[in-house]
This record gives sequence, structure tokens and C-alpha cells, in this order.
Amino acid sequence: MKTFSLNGLIGGILIAFLVLTAAIGLVWTPFDPMKLSFTAKLAAPSAAHLLGTDEFGRDVLSRLMIGAQASVWIGFLTVSFATICGTLIGLVSGYARGWVDGVIMAVNNALMAFPGILLALGLLAVFGANQYGIIFALGIAYTPSMARVVRGAVLSLREREFIEASRVMGNGEIFTMVRHVLPNCLAPITVLATSMFGWAILSESALSFLGLGVPPPAPTWGNMLAAGRPFIQQAVWLGLFPGLCIALTLLGINLLGDALRDRLDPRMRGLK
Amino acid sequence: MTTDTLLSVRGLSLEVARTGHKVVNDISFDIASGEIFGIVGESGSGKTLATRALISLLPPAIRVASGSISYRGRDVLGLNAKQLRSLRGAEIGLVFQEPMTSLNPSMFIGRQLEEGLILHTKLSPEERGARILDMLRRVGISDPEGALVAYPHEFSGGMRQRIMLASVMLLKPALLIADEPTTALDAVIQRDVMELMVELTRAEGTAVLLISHDLPMVARYTSRIVVMEKGSIVEHGRTEDLLEAPQHPYTKKLLSSLPFRGAPRVVDMTKAPMVSVRNVVVDYPGRKSLFRKAKAKRALHGVSIDIHEGEVVALVGGSGSGKTTLGRTIAGLVKENEGEIRFQGRARDDDWQDYRMNCQMVFQDPYSSLDPRMTILALVEEALRLVPNLDAAAKRKRSLETLEEVGLDASYASRYPHELSGGQRQRVAIARAIARRPRFLIADEPVSALDVTVRAQVLDLFSDLQKRYGFSCLFISHDLGVVEQVADRVVVMQDGRIIEEGDRNAIFDSPKETYTRRLLSAIPALDHNATGGVTLKWRFES
Repeated sequence: MKTFSLNGLIGGILIAFLVLTAAIGLVWTPFDPMKLSFTAKLAAPSAAHLLGTDEFGRDVLSRLMIGAQASVWIGFLTVSFATICGTLIGLVSGYARGWVDGVIMAVNNALMAFPGILLALGLLAVFGANQYGIIFALGIAYTPSMARVVRGAVLSLREREFIEASRVMGNGEIFTMVRHVLPNCLAPITVLATSMFGWAILSESALSFLGLGVPPPAPTWGNMLAAGRPFIQQAVWLGLFPGLCIALTLLGINLLGDALRDRLDPRMRGLK
Repeated sequence: MTTDTLLSVRGLSLEVARTGHKVVNDISFDIASGEIFGIVGESGSGKTLATRALISLLPPAIRVASGSISYRGRDVLGLNAKQLRSLRGAEIGLVFQEPMTSLNPSMFIGRQLEEGLILHTKLSPEERGARILDMLRRVGISDPEGALVAYPHEFSGGMRQRIMLASVMLLKPALLIADEPTTALDAVIQRDVMELMVELTRAEGTAVLLISHDLPMVARYTSRIVVMEKGSIVEHGRTEDLLEAPQHPYTKKLLSSLPFRGAPRVVDMTKAPMVSVRNVVVDYPGRKSLFRKAKAKRALHGVSIDIHEGEVVALVGGSGSGKTTLGRTIAGLVKENEGEIRFQGRARDDDWQDYRMNCQMVFQDPYSSLDPRMTILALVEEALRLVPNLDAAAKRKRSLETLEEVGLDASYASRYPHELSGGQRQRVAIARAIARRPRFLIADEPVSALDVTVRAQVLDLFSDLQKRYGFSCLFISHDLGVVEQVADRVVVMQDGRIIEEGDRNAIFDSPKETYTRRLLSAIPALDHNATGGVTLKWRFES
């Protein structure tokens, strides 16, 4: 029996690399990421500056390493927030049905009717434009779609005979939910959570681009990408490397998420 | 028979294209025109694949490895797509098992029936319409004009299977292939549909290839039968010969697996009943919408039933009779609107904890009644979670013992449900239900989803356990054969009411109600002979 698929392995390596880079960035970077240098403005990648420098002469590699911390942290907390809240709301809504479901879903649908980024913009105005403001805003913006997916899964699960069997055994509602309903919802939750991680990093970039993200000079991949845009003709590496980081991270997360979903499902074990 | 052979299969083998694994192995048979021919086998015997090959409708993963199929002297395997299309429908008709999915749900019945006529005949629209109406009348649709502009979901399962039959017979095919045509229907409707099929095909001179796992049903209508096991034909012969003097061990096993009447048991009926249900009424609320509330549908109209200590009471009836609702109401899964349920002399709801400990349930579908994410041991252990005065070690020991009792040794403990066969899963479900040593068990169609030989084993297991622990049981089933084997008393339901009840032998030998007689006419009485064969006697044969 293969313990992990090739896709999972690639995803795992990408994510391990990302986490490692962020961790190293905590203690050491090739250059001070904030240090300006007017002699080395917009320098192309070279032996000294592996990934080149930006318009203020700051080292791109160093800034990417620091930015990884912010991006990973924002992505991780946003997804955790949305997953925990969304799953709870979805479970309660799908299991209770009736008017509880009606009210929750009405609010949920109203939230979903706003484009996520617009909702986040509005919320950022309340929370203030900083790292935790972004996490809250994006977390709230993503919760409705998680709630929806979980509710759908719960609605179809609760008609299955093993849920009734649990009731006949005398198990309480909460026990049944945690023991039988929730584990069987894991597949859609994992898939959605991994894609949300990607959305979160992208939205953070978009918000930074609009000037509502983590304020400069602190680097995030998003604001680096945004800052590189005016120089795309002269210094393609300014946009290329942050973009590549985002793309590879998303790829890794998605591959790992799919492998995890299969791994967590006993039915998929032992299959080729 | 050589002169009027319609279809001839010679040495047909089918294999999985990718692995070369043989799924059907060297089968040969002939069907004469106008004959009714049967193929009997359990799931996995290859009977469905073999018949799909006859009209080149194999799934893409399966291919013909060797052999020949000739229809009226033409080699079917050598036909091109266009020739095959003219063969299918016009010459060879097909009726599938699932009447729910074999009709297009978003198309009027009339349009669907007309499709075949447009493709295969040159009739004018008026002639087509007349022919469709005539056929709908012949299959017993009460309002044929109305049916033309109705959707499939407006009809019951039995009616849909009649419409399916009508759509196939409209083209007057020379051969009708019916693959488990009545398996999804309840016993009474099963018989009606089969009678109709035989009557129609006889009138048109159509030969029938009837495929089923249900040996008595096939035997009733066919003149010759082949028995398939694991892709091969193990026995081939005239129906009576095959039943009365089976040669192959597998055929003998199939015959001995048919339900038989169990020995009568003594149940003490003088004591107060253990479970007593009085005048229970259950309404299913109508669908609420913004402006109106649909009327509630009454599922049970004041039903009363008693179950004594150690007694097995069978609840029988067709689909929609309310038998499942009654079982679920007694189990506490459905709330009764009126009436009272008493357990061991007290109102059930007075001591819910005690009732929950003592009333357990076995469900019909072993594929959906076990949580797919739990191991077998965890599933059984969960049933002991709320049992007081048992420590963790004792619970584990009891779980393993219970698994042992249902015939699953310790090596199964760490497996997951999907690794088990249907019969094994149902054993796990039974283990879970009896682990608490309940006084009362509700079994809702516990063996309906199982193959014939597996069903016999599970029924034996059930009887053994019942003898050992002496629990009372409400056994819900539409299959009277099974009921005859296990029940002490039989309660017949129709349209949410109990219409007849009595001792098992009394109900089976001298039923009073017409509906009970119709239920009974669907199953044979068996006469086992010394050679391992049986003679089937059909009750109330008209």
C-alpha cells in the first residue's frame, strides 16, 4: 500500500519548502530587507542579489523570505477562522433545519451576495488596515461559502441510516454530530479549505494592491507584486518572483489538500 | 428446436480489457422463438454482463474475448453501429431493473413512447398515437390519454415498470430481455407486472430472456433455465428437471437456501405483552410554501399491536402500507401524533433511558447503516458507550465476543465497512444491535438487500441469536418467504391500517383477507424431495 501519492509528495515538498523559508527568515536573511541602497536600484539577479533588488535597492530574496511569514500567517489564520466558523454554522444549520436553518441561511445568502473582496473592503474600514484586520475581514468574507458547503453535506448525511442508528443507540445530538456527521463532511471541508488558502493569499495581494493591506514598508507577497507593477518593463523580477511564490504555494496547498482528503478517507485506502 | 432458434450463444467469454480477467467464461445457450428462458445467478455471477453482450451494450472496460452470438443466423458481434441500432428496440427489447431511472424524468410519457416508433417504423403520427393509446390500455394504465402528457414521477414504481414494458412491446420485438424486471417492486406488484409481461409477450409471440436472482420467480414463468455462478453456467435444463433433480452442488445450494417454514415455537401469550402499541396515528406534514400549506398525509390510522416476551412478530405489507413508519415510530425515530406505546407495563416515554437500552434496531441497507469512517470494532463498541456498569476493558471484550457470535473473528475488528461484503456488513449491524443485550429488536427488512444464499445464512444467524438471548422482535418485511421462516405471528398492513393478524400457520394456510391472499400468491410453498430438489406449489393459483 502506497502511503502517499506522488501528487501529495510534490505538494508536501513545496509546502515544507515554504514553511522552512519563512522559518529561516525569522532568524536570518541575506540582507536587511528594509535597508535602502541607492547604488543598487533595480539590479538584475546576480551572485550578490540572487533575485535582484527593487526600486529602493532592497534585496528581493530577503523581502520574499520575510513576506512569506506574513502571507502564510494571513492565509493560515484566515482559513482557520473561516473553516471553524463556517463548519459550526453549517453543522447547526443543516442539523437543526426548520426556522434556525432558515434564519442562518438568509443571513448567509445575504453575505454571499456581496463580492468577497467588497465585503472585505468594508470590514477593513471597520477593523483598520493591518494584518489582523485583513484576517478578520477575509475570514468573515469566506465563512458563508464554507457554511453552505458543510450544510449541504450535513443535509444529505442526516438522511443516511447510520445517523438514525446513532439515534436509536441513544446518542445525543451533539455526540452524533461530532462522531458521525462531522468526520463524514471532512472531504468537502478539506477541499474548500485548501482552495481558500489560495484565495486568501490572492485577496491579501489584491487588498495590498489597493493600499488596504499590510502597510509598507513591511513586505508581503501581495504588496511586493503590487509594487513591482510599474517596473514590469525594466525589472521583470520584481513581479515575477512574488508571483511565482504565490503560484507555487497554491499548487502545493492544492496537491497536499487532495492527498490529505484521500488519506483521511478509509474508503480510499488500499486503492490504487 | 433447431428450425426456430432465435438467438444462439456459443462459447461466449468476456474479460476486463485492461487485466484480461475473465468475468464470463465460455457460456452457451439457445433461445427459441416464443420461448421464455431464464438465467438465474447471484450478484457477481456475470448474468447481467452476459446479456448486455447480446446487444453489444457492454461497459467500455469489458470486451468479448471469444465466442459467437447469432440472432436469426446473423452474427451480432460483427454488426456495425447502424445495424446494431436497427436490431436494438425493433428486434430485441430491453426492460431494466430500475423503473425510477430507466424513463427520462423530464419528458412526457407520450413522447418517450413515440420515440421508438419514429425511429423504427414508418407509421403516420395518427397511427402512432392510436398504437400508443392501445398499448397503454393493454398494460393497465387507467387514463391513457392523461398519461401521454404526464411525467414519469407522477406514477408509482409498478406503473412505471408497466409503462417501460409498454414502450418496449410497442415495437413488437421478437425477443424481450428483462433484467431483474421486478426486483425493485414489492411482492404483490411484482406478480402483477410479471403476469402482464407473460400475457403480452405470449400474445405477440415474443420470446423472453428473464434474468433474476429469484429462482422461484424465474421458475414460475420459464420453460428452461441456466444457472450461473462466477461467470460460468453450472447447470442448464428444463425448469422442472432442474428444480426437482438438481445436479450441480451450487444449484442444490440455491434451492436449499430458499426460505422454508420454521418449526412452530411456544410463546407464552398469557403474560402481559412486552411492547404494547395502542391506536397510534402518524401524520406526515405537508410541504409548506409561502402561500399555502399542503394537507398532512396520514401514514398510520390508529394502529394497535402487541409483542410478547420472546416472540417474533412479522409486519408485512406492500410498499406504502405504513409498516416501516410503524417500526420507526415504535423505535422512537418518528413521533406519533396520537396513541400510546407501552414497554414492559410502563409508558415508553416515562423511562426513555431504559427503553433505549432495551430497544435496538437493524436497518435494511447494510451499505448505509454503518458509518464508513469507523472500524468494525468501533461500530460495535459505540453501541456499548451508554451502557452503565461496564468499564472500557469489559466493553472491548463484549464487542469482540459479539462479533465472534455473528461469525466475524478478531481479524475483522480493525477493518472498515467498505472492505466487507453485504452479508458481512449486515452481520456487523446485527452485532451492533445485540451488543447491549436488548429485550426488544426491530428489524426493518434486514435481509432484503442480500443475495439468496447469504440471506439464508443471515436468517440462520438471526434465529440462533434469538434462541440464545430470547429477545422479542418486530420483523418488518415485504417478503413472505422470509417471514414464513422466522415469524411466530404475522400482522398484515395495508394503507396504514392493520387488516389481518394471527398465528403464522393460520395466516399462511388460511388467510381471510384478499390482500393477504395476494401477498401469499407471490411466494411458493416448497416441497423438498430426497435428492435435494424441490417442487414449487403456488398458492391460490387461479
